[in-house]
Amino acid sequence: MHAPDGFLTAPTAIVTGVLSAGAMAASIRASRPELDDDRIPLAGVTAAFVFAAQMVNFPVAAGTTGHLMGGALAAVLLGPSLGLLVVAVVVIVQAIGFADGGLTALGYNVFNMAVVTALGGWAVFRGLRRFLPATATGVTLAAFVASVASVVLSAMAFSLQWLFGASAAVPFDTVFTAMVGVHTLIGIGEGLVTAGVVAAVLAVRPDLVRGADGIDRAAGPAKLPRARFVLAAVAASLVVAIGVAQFAVDDPDGLERVAEDTGFIASAEEHALGSSVFADYATAGVENETVSLAIAGAVGTLVTLAVGTGLLLLVRDRRRGGAAAHAPTA
Amino acid sequence: MGAGHTHPLYVHEHSVVHHLPAHVKVVAVFTFTALVATAPREHLLAFAGATVALLIGLRVARVRLRFLLPRLAVVTPFLVGAVLLPFVASGPRTEVLGIPLAVEGLWGGFGIAARAILGASASLLLVATTEVPDLLRGLERLRAPRLLTQIAAFMVRYLEVIVGEVSRQRRAMTARGYDPRWLWQLRPLTAGLGVLFVRSYERGERVHAAMRARGFEGSMPVLLAERPAGARVWTVALALPAMMVVARIAAVLVHG
Repeated sequence: MHAPDGFLTAPTAIVTGVLSAGAMAASIRASRPELDDDRIPLAGVTAAFVFAAQMVNFPVAAGTTGHLMGGALAAVLLGPSLGLLVVAVVVIVQAIGFADGGLTALGYNVFNMAVVTALGGWAVFRGLRRFLPATATGVTLAAFVASVASVVLSAMAFSLQWLFGASAAVPFDTVFTAMVGVHTLIGIGEGLVTAGVVAAVLAVRPDLVRGADGIDRAAGPAKLPRARFVLAAVAASLVVAIGVAQFAVDDPDGLERVAEDTGFIASAEEHALGSSVFADYATAGVENETVSLAIAGAVGTLVTLAVGTGLLLLVRDRRRGGAAAHAPTA
Repeated sequence: MGAGHTHPLYVHEHSVVHHLPAHVKVVAVFTFTALVATAPREHLLAFAGATVALLIGLRVARVRLRFLLPRLAVVTPFLVGAVLLPFVASGPRTEVLGIPLAVEGLWGGFGIAARAILGASASLLLVATTEVPDLLRGLERLRAPRLLTQIAAFMVRYLEVIVGEVSRQRRAMTARGYDPRWLWQLRPLTAGLGVLFVRSYERGERVHAAMRARGFEGSMPVLLAERPAGARVWTVALALPAMMVVARIAAVLVHG
């Protein structure tokens, strides 16, 4: 997912850069009251953990691996504002200190991997916790769904940026289908990892999970929710259905995978539709205008809604919980 | 990891570039990369100029190509995509050696590949000549929010600890004959990550308590006040983006 320099156009980089900077500034303001004392080193440990976890590639399908983005996990563990900052720091340090991801691509890389995942994931997580029982199992399940959603939202956000700032003539539909398809699988992997980590931490140190406030600790340690295994089974069968043959090459990560795959899909469509359709094709990114724009509109609304809700929750919690934020841990 | 505490991407040398203050280098490399990323892909001269400028930079910094090239592997997956583009992009086609290739795709592929390689090389030049703690201090001098640079500083400090912990865990697992690599084996992997998190967190807590006991109050003391960067230093560093500006202007004149 670490896009290189010039992968999207300059205006896209600038707009997403401004959005990311804004979200980070809001998060810094929001997390200041709880950082007054000394939680910075602990945020640093979490950042190091996310950094290290991103290096662990987990299998998605035969030959394809995904790595953790960690936005939803960090948000569940630290709350949305600090979670967002932690993942943003990871992405920025990877670009500046490790040459992974372009310096001028930081705008969209931070936006997709930190802002969308942390805020969108948090919005889904909080929404689910209303319906799920206030137990460790409920929190674990909410964390699972939230992090699957966060990865899919991130892929959607990237496709939207491609619509506006494509650097090559691959149509929006193609990029969208491939991105969201692959990232649904990666998201399930991310969800399982997040749920596993949250369950393990809840069992040992429930006080470290910010998203688990108000749970019934008498309910015992987090038991593995049956639903997770059902979902894993569904995921596995999905993988088989989509066709293992498609994923035969090396082990690239999601976006990289798509960068390779879109090619094949585009050529398949071209044969089906005949080249005449593309004869007066002008805008890179829009193929069938009505359908594309409809999808893009719906996706845009969804991403904005999720990120907006997350931001709203972040600001509201800060106003309401000035005192609660100081509640001692342990 | 065992070999001292230097960063794997850092090249220990005493060149002019190594001695430049970090914040000056960050500004120079960022400006250079922005100029490369925004160059129209038809302006071949601009990309040629960028390559020459980078080669000069690498030479002055005494970073060998043999060091740089393998580390460009970060962008390979995107290069594969770039190579495929001419075959799959839509639009008018041209024949190369009897194979029909999309003109738009050729340009698109070239643009992505050239910008990705040049951008990553510039970043590597920065990382190879600057140690990470210096980089973070440099960012602080560029007015990056303290909260962020501090999280980053602690992250970098804990990173090796956590990586060590991971490798110990993995070794323990494989020593017991278990090597999870499939989806249905995800559970031990995630449980291990959970344990890893709790362990690192508790270690962080202990370290933090020790720091507080020694008088830590939220920010690290600065031992050596850094000198302000003079005009000469800026001139040396900004030579890199300056060469790129010249290349961009030349490209506009030649390509129209």
